[in-house]
Amino acid sequence: MRQDTKMAVEATKFATREDPPAEGLPAAAVSIRGLRHSYGELRTIERLDLEAAPHEVIGLVGPSGCGKSTLLELVCGLQEPSAGEVEVGGAGDARGRLSRCAYMPQRDLLLPWFSAIDNAALALRNRGLRRREARRQADALFERFGLAGFEDASPAELSGGMRQRVAFLRTLVAGKPVLALDEPFASLDAITRAEMQQWLAGALEADPRTVVLVTHDVEEALYLSDRVAVLSARPARVVEELSAPAPRAPDRDAAVIDPKFVASREKAMSSLRKGAPIGARGSLGTEGVPKEPRGETGRL
Amino acid sequence: MKRWLLPTLVFVALIGAWQVAATSGALADTLHLESFLVPSPSEIAKSLWENRSLLAENAWVTLKEVLLGFGCALVAGIAFAVALHLSAMLRRAFYPLIIASQTIPIIVIAPILVVWFGYGIGPKLAIVALICFFPITVNALDGLRSVDPDAIKLMRTLDASRRQTFLRIEAPTALPYAFSGAKIAVAVAVIGAVFGEWAGSDSGLGHLMLQDNAQLETARLFASVVVLAAMAIALFALLALAERRIVTWR
Repeated sequence: MRQDTKMAVEATKFATREDPPAEGLPAAAVSIRGLRHSYGELRTIERLDLEAAPHEVIGLVGPSGCGKSTLLELVCGLQEPSAGEVEVGGAGDARGRLSRCAYMPQRDLLLPWFSAIDNAALALRNRGLRRREARRQADALFERFGLAGFEDASPAELSGGMRQRVAFLRTLVAGKPVLALDEPFASLDAITRAEMQQWLAGALEADPRTVVLVTHDVEEALYLSDRVAVLSARPARVVEELSAPAPRAPDRDAAVIDPKFVASREKAMSSLRKGAPIGARGSLGTEGVPKEPRGETGRL
Repeated sequence: MKRWLLPTLVFVALIGAWQVAATSGALADTLHLESFLVPSPSEIAKSLWENRSLLAENAWVTLKEVLLGFGCALVAGIAFAVALHLSAMLRRAFYPLIIASQTIPIIVIAPILVVWFGYGIGPKLAIVALICFFPITVNALDGLRSVDPDAIKLMRTLDASRRQTFLRIEAPTALPYAFSGAKIAVAVAVIGAVFGEWAGSDSGLGHLMLQDNAQLETARLFASVVVLAAMAIALFALLALAERRIVTWR
């Protein structure tokens, strides 16, 4: 049996379990007001407003290269805005944001010279914990996330889905109230990605955090988020905000073919088309609800 | 095993051809030389055996020069690479100079070093170190600069200090590069030591070669060359082995 398939089932199990939230982590809100950002002449973000309540998952979808990743870096305090405000848990300075956000980059960036568990425990080691203690703390999560037995595996020995889980654990273990996820599953095949979405949904139900999730996959955003903001092409601004019909439903495959979900997805798609740059519109195909919704996404 | 078979066969064939050409006198005739000036591989082997203690004695002197010079270059080169990596100002100031310094034929300044530092180990160390410094520094610096910028960002959000980022990401990334530089350096280090000895010395394989050259001891001259080659190959192999043991993730 594939490890990934097994995981999807286990994720659902622990999602329904009443786990206490992690170590009394303070919840933090993300607040973006009138944000502008540019690299020299290139304007990447234009007057963007966005709010995420504590423990809310907010999905950001937008065309490729619209500045989604830049937005995440701004939230995390890895960059400073050209104008406007970005606050995380009340902190507006880069340092304060950095200390409240954990960032999961698009590529897993697991360090090949560390074992899986040492990668996951990186934040703890950086905080000065001894290796043994850091491993002990990460170990509990390995068990819970179905990675037991792979603690000492090198990253190269893990499947794509497992690598992504270790990368997510590394983000989670950092113990920050806000998670900034940059297309976490973009590199995975369609089936693994669907499984990982359900897995992440379970993980977030068990250990709620404020999440800013960037993705180019409308379905992923609608399934995992409480709210989805559709961004325009560069310079990015919010074109539309949608409430997700069934955030992180235990049965993902059923949730994404629910008529309400399909309708939301189409609404988001049409907003995406509106926000797309002039000239790209014609190439996006026919408008309206497709006859076979499962066929359109091509997943599962 | 198969990897070794073909080069070994070619090597044996070349040595065999040399043996035949030398013993039959064909090689000496073609070169218009007395046959005692053109030793055969078997004569060189005989000379290696008969002069083993003399060769070993002088090889030890040369090996010391190589190891100490290489060691100095390794420490200085890595330190320099780290300093240039950490400070953009130092990098801008020194990097072009390091590259330009490669146009100076270090071997040619060997006689000057002998004038300054005398016949002892000093000038040899200086030459070996100067030759080794460049490949080590440039490779280590390239390695440090090849770190994925996203990995640095990731470390920042994982609360890493500058030192932790260096030790956990930059240094391991640069390690294979530094090994490549060191392997190139150690091979040329032996040449550097010999040139240093040619410029002025009272012992070492380079010194022995000069003597043998003057006395037309061609078999022993070749024996010295064989020992020097073996030394360079052995040092290279040792570094390659160390790399395999340390850089396990590649």
